[in-house]
Amino acid sequence: MKFSQEHEWVTVKGDIATVGITEYAADQLGDIVYVELPEIDTEYGKMDRVGSIESVKTVSDLFTPIGGTVIEVNPAISDTTPDGDVNDDQHFEYINQDAYDKGWLFKIRMSDPKDLDDLMNKEEYDAMIKA
Amino acid sequence: MTKIIFEKTSEGRKGSAVPEKDINIAEISIDIDEEMKADKIPDLPELSELDVIRHYTELANKNICVNSHFYPLGSCTMKYNPCVNEEIASMRSFTDIHPYQVESSVSGNLEIMYLLKKYLCELTGMDDFTLQPAAGAHGEFTAMLMTKKWFELKKENRTKILIPDSAHGTNPASANMAGFEVVQIASNENGTVNLDDLEAKIDDKTACFMMTNPNTLGLFERDILKISEKIHSKGGLLYYDGANLNAILGLVRPGDAGFDFVHLNMHKTFSTPHGGGGPGAGPVGAKGKLAECLPLPKIIQKEDKTFSLMYDNPSSIGRVKAFYGNFLVLVKALAYILSMGKDEIANVAKLSVLNANYLLKKLEDIYEIPYGKSCMHEFVASADRQKNIGVTAIDICKRMLDYGFHAPTVYFPLIVHEALMIEPTETESIQTLDLYSEILHKIQEETEKNPDLLHEAPHNMPVKRLDDVTAARKPDLAYKK
Repeated sequence: MKFSQEHEWVTVKGDIATVGITEYAADQLGDIVYVELPEIDTEYGKMDRVGSIESVKTVSDLFTPIGGTVIEVNPAISDTTPDGDVNDDQHFEYINQDAYDKGWLFKIRMSDPKDLDDLMNKEEYDAMIKA
Repeated sequence: MTKIIFEKTSEGRKGSAVPEKDINIAEISIDIDEEMKADKIPDLPELSELDVIRHYTELANKNICVNSHFYPLGSCTMKYNPCVNEEIASMRSFTDIHPYQVESSVSGNLEIMYLLKKYLCELTGMDDFTLQPAAGAHGEFTAMLMTKKWFELKKENRTKILIPDSAHGTNPASANMAGFEVVQIASNENGTVNLDDLEAKIDDKTACFMMTNPNTLGLFERDILKISEKIHSKGGLLYYDGANLNAILGLVRPGDAGFDFVHLNMHKTFSTPHGGGGPGAGPVGAKGKLAECLPLPKIIQKEDKTFSLMYDNPSSIGRVKAFYGNFLVLVKALAYILSMGKDEIANVAKLSVLNANYLLKKLEDIYEIPYGKSCMHEFVASADRQKNIGVTAIDICKRMLDYGFHAPTVYFPLIVHEALMIEPTETESIQTLDLYSEILHKIQEETEKNPDLLHEAPHNMPVKRLDDVTAARKPDLAYKK
């Protein structure tokens, strides 16, 4: 797992990267009440703003640490079901309770795997949040 | 929990008796579409006058307000609102007028507004004011429209508004609403504007720099003259968000520090009631030629010394509100200024700064104070230390309610973790400040010995800890049977 300056985490399988926000970020934001997710099938550049996260305390922009095309968003967090109906069973608490697994946000097909080189490993990220 | 008034209804109960009708009432037939007609009579509660009085008195007693509690809500300047303001504003010559009355019959009311304008000019170093905006953010938006107009008149295409990262959220919102691009300026390690970052981001597309001074960390921007020079050398405007004017009222004039225009919050600095207590007022003032862009109508004094409304000025952005502003709020602000007087008004700033520093010193042994050893009218403490042992800023604030204090502003500004933004204002006595400090020390003891007491707070309020997430996600806003 890799980490960005903006407190996102990334895991990679083939050319697909899965992105979420870190436990530290979720803890700083407090209880999350809404997430605006990126559009599926849309291409974003590295560090583009792709959405926002609203907590009981504040609203923060959501960035993508990797450029590429978004292929999937977390159905437990999305406003709509895969069939396009209103999702009335959203679980924003997954991000607070299980940021690295159930709380993932979106999957992106990487346009340039070199984007991963700029990310931090766990030790580097832990050192950054301590500083 | 208190029942709502609809649940207290008792069929057939009446508040007052209406005499039996003893005349024939003419039948009036009006053509109303069937679908527009209500299919049942409205479901209004049936109560006696005493039921209603008891209901609202009970609700009023649950209220936490400046009249009942110490209310150190940072950035909001919750000072005491003197009774004399209300007394004056309830005079019939102010309440029983109509905005469509002929001008000559309300010349005295226009004079009131003209006088207030003059005093606000004197206090801020501006040349003219509009009293129209209904609140601080409305004032900011008005200022952004003026900025747009200013550069249109100068035929310059400027698209960017610079805003410090410690600013109130309304600043970027106002700039955005007016169609500008917002550029964030970082703070330096002292909590004030980072001049290098400003230098790097300012360019010939910069329309304006919006500043709050002292800023939201309660720190005076000492580099203000350098900043003003920098902005003006690039042809930009410098805007003063008056949220924190209380700290410098009567001592420093924004206009003298290089600000081109300002908005003021009557409900903060000038002791009129806040939001829930009635409409607000956020007058905007400007210097020199920029004042030509202020909204119309403008209140002027004619040669015969009477007062009038002037509607003709192509440089103006036009109206920003129906009629002339929230008049009774303006009357209260003028009453406040006059009751203070020229000599006393600087004491507002001196005592608000003294009170804030007194509390800062009293509390620095329990909370981290990330920026500065001293402050202006408010300071931002951090509950980071407490968070390390599992107690958050919100837990501490909920516990304060149990002890009879309103909570400070929390989690703002965003650049401070677990922020507690404390603004005591000048109207609090040393006894109140001492008691507040004593209670916060007691809460610190509880934090260390019995953190669950804080996690579950408040304990003595009509409702316990509310579920913020459900409240935000599934708000219950309307009564349904």
